[in-house]
Amino acid sequence: MNSLIRSTARCLRAGAAVYLPRQADGRVLAASARLLCAAADLQKDLGNMVKKDKVVVFMKGTPAQPMCGFSNAVVQILRMHGVDDYAAYNVLEDQDLREGVKVFSNWPTIPQVYFNGEFVGGCDILLQMHQNGDLVEELKKLGIHSALLETEKESK
Amino acid sequence: MAVTADHIRDKIIKELAAVHVDVEDTSPNRCAASFKVLVVSSQFEGKPLLQRHRMVNTCLAEELKEIHAFEQKTLTPEQWEKQKSQ
Repeated sequence: MNSLIRSTARCLRAGAAVYLPRQADGRVLAASARLLCAAADLQKDLGNMVKKDKVVVFMKGTPAQPMCGFSNAVVQILRMHGVDDYAAYNVLEDQDLREGVKVFSNWPTIPQVYFNGEFVGGCDILLQMHQNGDLVEELKKLGIHSALLETEKESK
Repeated sequence: MAVTADHIRDKIIKELAAVHVDVEDTSPNRCAASFKVLVVSSQFEGKPLLQRHRMVNTCLAEELKEIHAFEQKTLTPEQWEKQKSQ
């Protein structure tokens, strides 16, 4: 683990773009650390990144420590539904990723949420989906049983 | 040219035929240009949320390059009336 961090720090100092996707509990996936040298590579990688996991979030900060109110809102909403196992990419760690994901999604702001490789929207959309019940439905389509369904059952 | 709330409001009204637009400059709460908008337009009829938001994004494509944070709520005139009566 330490050698990975050291080599990452070396890469960052050298100026190449490296991003380490973390699981929601903070673990780094060693197999996913990559060196990028071109924007085109990034776009291709983004295509893979959004498909690799059912729920993918590009945010500022991490689920354990969000660095922006909107990113935090997305984390909180997902947590409310019991979704804790998702890929979260911190755009603050990588300027190329931060700009590249906006080009990839054709969406101007962060956070950005993907379900099954499909762009869902930002914080506004996720919040409205949460409020009108659509989020529970979309999660069901992903095979994720929302925690809120349990609370509903209990209250009946 | 600095992006202003009025500029945003005018552009949305013109390009989305909006019947009602609220633009709130939320910049004081954040470190850079930020806006919160409510857009009511019949052009949103029958369109899912993401498509509506993309319409607004396209309308403000130039401005968004300079805006740091952007919140939006998109309603059809019918949804707007319903919300007002609640």
